[in-house]
Amino acid sequence: MPLERAQVEQIALLARISLTPEEVELFQDQLSQLLEQFQVLSELDTTDVPPTGHAVDLQAVMREDEDEASLAPEDVLRNAPRQEGEFFRVKAVLEE
Amino acid sequence: MAAEERLTIHEAGRKLAQREISSVELTRAQLERIDRLEERIKSFITLTPELALRQAEQADQRIAAGEAGPLTGIPMQMKDVISTKGVTTTCASRMLEDYVPVYNATVAERLLSQGAVLLGKGNMDEYAMGSSCENSAFFPTRNPWDLERVPGGSSGGGAAAVSAGEAVYALGSDTGGSVRQPASLCGVVGMKPTYGMVSRYGLVAYASSLDQIGPITQDVTDCALVLNAIVGHDPKDSTSLRQPAADYAAGLEEYTSPFPLAGTFSSSPLAKGGLQGGPVRLGVPEEYFVEGMQDGVRESVQAAIETLESLGASVEPVSLPTTRYALACYYIIAPSECSANLARYDGVKYGFSYQDTQNMWEALERTRAGGFGPEVKRRVILGAYALSAGYYDAYYLKAQQARTLIRRDFDRVFEQVDALVTPTSPVVAFRLGEKINDPVEMYLIDVCTVPANIAGLPGISVPCGFSQGLPVGMQVIGPHLSEQRLLNIAYAYEQATQWHLERPKI
Repeated sequence: MPLERAQVEQIALLARISLTPEEVELFQDQLSQLLEQFQVLSELDTTDVPPTGHAVDLQAVMREDEDEASLAPEDVLRNAPRQEGEFFRVKAVLEE
Repeated sequence: MAAEERLTIHEAGRKLAQREISSVELTRAQLERIDRLEERIKSFITLTPELALRQAEQADQRIAAGEAGPLTGIPMQMKDVISTKGVTTTCASRMLEDYVPVYNATVAERLLSQGAVLLGKGNMDEYAMGSSCENSAFFPTRNPWDLERVPGGSSGGGAAAVSAGEAVYALGSDTGGSVRQPASLCGVVGMKPTYGMVSRYGLVAYASSLDQIGPITQDVTDCALVLNAIVGHDPKDSTSLRQPAADYAAGLEEYTSPFPLAGTFSSSPLAKGGLQGGPVRLGVPEEYFVEGMQDGVRESVQAAIETLESLGASVEPVSLPTTRYALACYYIIAPSECSANLARYDGVKYGFSYQDTQNMWEALERTRAGGFGPEVKRRVILGAYALSAGYYDAYYLKAQQARTLIRRDFDRVFEQVDALVTPTSPVVAFRLGEKINDPVEMYLIDVCTVPANIAGLPGISVPCGFSQGLPVGMQVIGPHLSEQRLLNIAYAYEQATQWHLERPKI
């Protein structure tokens, strides 16, 4: 089932990536082909098969809640495109 | 020493210990060789010659003080997805072009604390997404065996550097084959350890249930030495396994018998699990000899299997019927996880940031449009689709269930055999531009390597011949935590053959 143009635009919106019309067209074509390939999975009977998230059995790891040294604020901010004082500067989040 | 001389870690280590050379001499020779070759190979995104020489001086002091380890003073390259404090770490992306980490990845910390000399950061496919190194936002790396061909990927820079002698060894990362496949295409050794063996703290995340760091080296002994240095539990990585320390290099069986694989491995604790007395049992899964595999690859791997048999191993065909679902499974799970992991690139905390608007959403969308290259966009969008309401069950959940079946397949086979022998890549190095515009064809290259990631298994690729003058790699896959066994099988093969001694003429 090939992807519709509007679907690609909708997913791009969800992924927060603005695409050019050419990219939308290219991805529509390429992703449709890939989804077609994925159809092979429908051959598999997965009734009552539990999903695997990690291939190695892992327990949730917790540590004692003790204070430890963390990065200094100036280090945390060192790569920030915009900062003000000890803060990341962002664009207005709340609209009027 | 002369820039033409090529040394492995263990050879250089011996010369350093016996004061035949100093680390500064070794590092200078290495930098000269990079100077001579790098214009053609392009394996480094960032070179750190001054840092390397400072580290080499310190290494020489450690050696003089008798405090050296096997990696002390040895010059290496680190894939540019591994955070290095104070050294730009780009992930081969415009997004992180100017990003300078303020902390070291645990693997970087471990190597540096053991006196490693960092020559620079290795080129790769952007965010480790790709199989040819052509997805680097900066430039492609060339295969030292033929400069018109790709080195493989995503750790193409590391494999090319080790093959060309631009670095003694390299660290890569392997999510679907990104250490093993370039190692195969460049004629060097590459290993993906069991999921959780090596801390990923400071490894920029791509697909977190699959990512694992691994060594790229000139031979199996070196691989064991690097593995020694990087494995071990790390409280900073919640997926890190609690395994007792092991000396993999010491565990390599010193073969005196002409049939090293005829008896069970004796000396290494990790090698014992699952192994019974008698010959090493190797399984050859027919499903890995896929349609479209090049004849030259098939023939080289089959000859290698005969060599293993002549060394005393018993070889039997086995079947892993779920192999045909592995690629689809991988190309749903990896993009899904990547779409979640890469949500962090918002132009606020670090990285490229589009500023020319007052609107927050527009800034975000344009930051990501400008910072990510085409393959990254493709995978993020594919993953977002697979995870979206209405499609989750059909794609992501289905793939996670397929993952269970693939894992069960391996569990079943490993009751029969000790390890599997397969080709690493169905093709030898291909030409630049040959597959880059066709993602479906490019993804097929990963067919033999993704199953180990899906099941969390260790795998190693070793050189096993040439086809069309280009290296072919054999892959050995084992059960969880069978690293020592894989190294021993690879080592027995290597000692019986000369392929690992072949060098590209450049």
